Amino acid sequence: MGTKETDKTADISKAEVLTTTDERPKWDNKVQYLLTCIGFAVGLGNVWRFPYLCQVYGGGAFLIPYLIALVFEGLPLLYLELAIGQRLRMGSIGVWNSTSPYLGGVGIASMVVSFLVGVFYNTILAWVLWYFFHSFQNPLPWRSCPILNNITGESGYVRECELSSPVNYFWYRETLNITPTIETSGPPQWWLVICLATAWCIVYLCFIRGIETIGKAAYITATFPYLVLTIFLVRALTLPGAMAGLRYLFTPEWEILKNPKVWLDAATQIFFSLSLAFGGLIAFSSYNPQKNNCEQDALIVGCINSATSIYASIPIFAILGFKANSTYEDCLNNNIASLTNAFNIGDQNITLDNYENWLAHLNATDPTKVANLHLKVCDLHTFLDQSASGTGLAFIVFTEAVIKMPGSQVWAVLFFIMLFTLGLSSMFGNLEGVLTPLLDLKLVPKCIPKEIFTGFMCVAYFIFGLIFTLGSGNYWLEIFNSYVGSVPLLVIAFFEITAVVYIYGIDRFNDDIVWMTGRRPNIFWQANWRVISPLMLLIVFLAYVAVQAMQALTYSTWNPNYADFPMYEVLPYPGWVCAICILLTIVPCIFIPLVALYRLILLLKKRVELLRRPNPCENEGYLRDM
Amino acid sequence: MFLHDFLHLPVRLHLTACYSLLSTRQGPQVALTPAAQARVFKYEGASGLPRGLRMSLNLVIVLCLTAVLGPTLVHTLCSGSTDANKVRLSIKTALGDEAYDWDESEMFLFKATIAFAMRKCNKKQYEVSNIQVCNATQRVSFWFVVTDPKTEDLVSGKDVEKAVRMSRNRINSAFLLTDKTLEFVNIPPTLAAPVKPATPPWLIVFGVVIGLVGAGIAAILISTFIQKKRERGGIKEREEDEEEEAGQRNGVFCTVQEGADSNINPGFIEDDPFTKL
Repeated sequence: MGTKETDKTADISKAEVLTTTDERPKWDNKVQYLLTCIGFAVGLGNVWRFPYLCQVYGGGAFLIPYLIALVFEGLPLLYLELAIGQRLRMGSIGVWNSTSPYLGGVGIASMVVSFLVGVFYNTILAWVLWYFFHSFQNPLPWRSCPILNNITGESGYVRECELSSPVNYFWYRETLNITPTIETSGPPQWWLVICLATAWCIVYLCFIRGIETIGKAAYITATFPYLVLTIFLVRALTLPGAMAGLRYLFTPEWEILKNPKVWLDAATQIFFSLSLAFGGLIAFSSYNPQKNNCEQDALIVGCINSATSIYASIPIFAILGFKANSTYEDCLNNNIASLTNAFNIGDQNITLDNYENWLAHLNATDPTKVANLHLKVCDLHTFLDQSASGTGLAFIVFTEAVIKMPGSQVWAVLFFIMLFTLGLSSMFGNLEGVLTPLLDLKLVPKCIPKEIFTGFMCVAYFIFGLIFTLGSGNYWLEIFNSYVGSVPLLVIAFFEITAVVYIYGIDRFNDDIVWMTGRRPNIFWQANWRVISPLMLLIVFLAYVAVQAMQALTYSTWNPNYADFPMYEVLPYPGWVCAICILLTIVPCIFIPLVALYRLILLLKKRVELLRRPNPCENEGYLRDM
Repeated sequence: MFLHDFLHLPVRLHLTACYSLLSTRQGPQVALTPAAQARVFKYEGASGLPRGLRMSLNLVIVLCLTAVLGPTLVHTLCSGSTDANKVRLSIKTALGDEAYDWDESEMFLFKATIAFAMRKCNKKQYEVSNIQVCNATQRVSFWFVVTDPKTEDLVSGKDVEKAVRMSRNRINSAFLLTDKTLEFVNIPPTLAAPVKPATPPWLIVFGVVIGLVGAGIAAILISTFIQKKRERGGIKEREEDEEEEAGQRNGVFCTVQEGADSNINPGFIEDDPFTKL
């Protein structure tokens, strides 16, 4: 009518134009999407958990249960998550709400797990940054013990360091400043706080606009680890003792396959390695165009993840072999020094090669004197057997190996950058698993731009993460890692697959896939989705819970005042900590029945209301099926 | 066990020299220590033998005594004494192919460096002869004692230790060795005080990283802000254009959604993927 009203309608039309064109963000290109998914799947576990499992479970023989688990459990679940996310174009909460309102709890559980894992995972990146910052010194600070600087007292090295080793001391005292028990918390360590803040700033920089910036960051974070692994491979193979380490790693022990624990560990390793059930993969694929070949994507991501694990174990074991060889030679050289000094034999007359002959000869001539020297028995296999996984591998064993390599600083810097990029790419998935559902549920007010919201998220994560910078932080991290990042994921995955196959309907799902990829999934996928994978998941879940329940709730502590120091003192968890452990496992899972119950109650309420007061306007001929 | 070591070459030489002296009665060919010289002069006026004969006999006896007992005296001073220090050299370990052989000249250099160290510490005029060495083995290890230049008494182990500690670097570098390869068994190596820079280097790296990251975040936020401003400005311009256009048209203004296809009948909504319960 008047120009003012036309202006208003013009404004409304403009606003509507903006909202209809302001659709779901999407990946710039397919490569970014694939690199982000691969980066999410390939994480720290590929480098420091898989080689350990390979070594403990009979070398090459472990590959058999591992590949079987990949084919029958990993790939079907991966394909399922990518397909459902791509079809329904929503984050984890939206997807499971759409599948069935009763299963909305699965999405919430995913989000809670992603949040909890994100909180502690970045602490590991903070530790990696700390070591990275210290790798620019000559000599490396974990090379030698610090000297006591009290002028009045006796000179010498710090006692705690002398009894254990410089590498252990640097990790437990100078990095963590660890307390003797989980009950003594101690204050937050300022150096860890600033490292954690730096880690979160770097994460924020990459995550600031969601997948827009993540996709670009993925070019570097997903590819750099491969470059460093190749450099390490080339270097490690030229080190002495590398071939011994590799031979030891890959020599298969077929007997070990009879142990059911091997199969359990293979299944859990594949499951956790592919980062399933976090909701991150669903979030990533929801930004895809609907007509995308997700079968190919799933195969690519799954196979590259396993190939990376195997590829990473080669340089890791070459370097561990080098370290074992080096320790073995040090042991022999100590014995040689004792013999040379006691028997006044010429310097360098006894070498590593003729040590055995000399020892036999001296033992024959003067056995009592030799016995009095208390020579250590040096066996290369004992040193090769000393395996480690997790933070122990990265921050204790590997750092010790690095100081023995020429040009230590370069190798240390490369190694820690590699660990950082591996962890960073996994963090993106964790964060998207929380951000995408929040955006989809429209819980984010429109006035706050995305950049500010992601900033708030990072600050919230940082504040929660301060728990892990306390003196007892490492103990808490172990708890979170064992109890949050394990059983809840198995539960969520089981509900995911049953929801899609039996509630959404496998036929409907097949039709969706035909529409998206143009090809119907073949008998292999059908058999896996319907029967094999859910069954495997159920068995793995029950076995895992059984194994965990049988283990006493104990933890190893680093206590310098312990009688048997430097052995770890094993203590039981106090009651309140046990309660927290159980809570951490149950809280994510409890959302699934809670939400189902809530919906059921709502439904019953509506039914009861309808029965009590029938609406006269309603046409009884048409009753909406609830 | 020590007795075996007594009978090494110099002592044998002394004994054969004594024997040859007693048989040939030749003049002394071995230099007398001042103590021996003093003893010679003491004996002079004692017996009734002809002076010359008495002198030469005394000389020979003293010579033999010194010859046999001298090293013995030194030995008991050396290895038995609590003031003796054991030294162990590992030349081949330190130098590998460039290792030199340990011979008399090297031993002389060692004595000279110890004498130097003692001079630096005590400010007395120590000579090479004040350093007595014994029990040398193929390991290249030996014991040594230091005697005072004036009183001929043994310098206490503690003083020797102090002197060696003071000049340890100089002694090591004379032999191209280190604290570990030139071992004084009772003297622990001095621990090098670590160089502590003013700012810990890790804080510098941290500063660089956080600076770069902060700059990146600021850049992105500012670019977003500028983009939003431009968009708002662009919208305002388009609105103004529209208003001008609208003024030319009929007051009735049908809103048409951009990109809306008139073929779509909104009455037919695509089946949404909600499962019917």
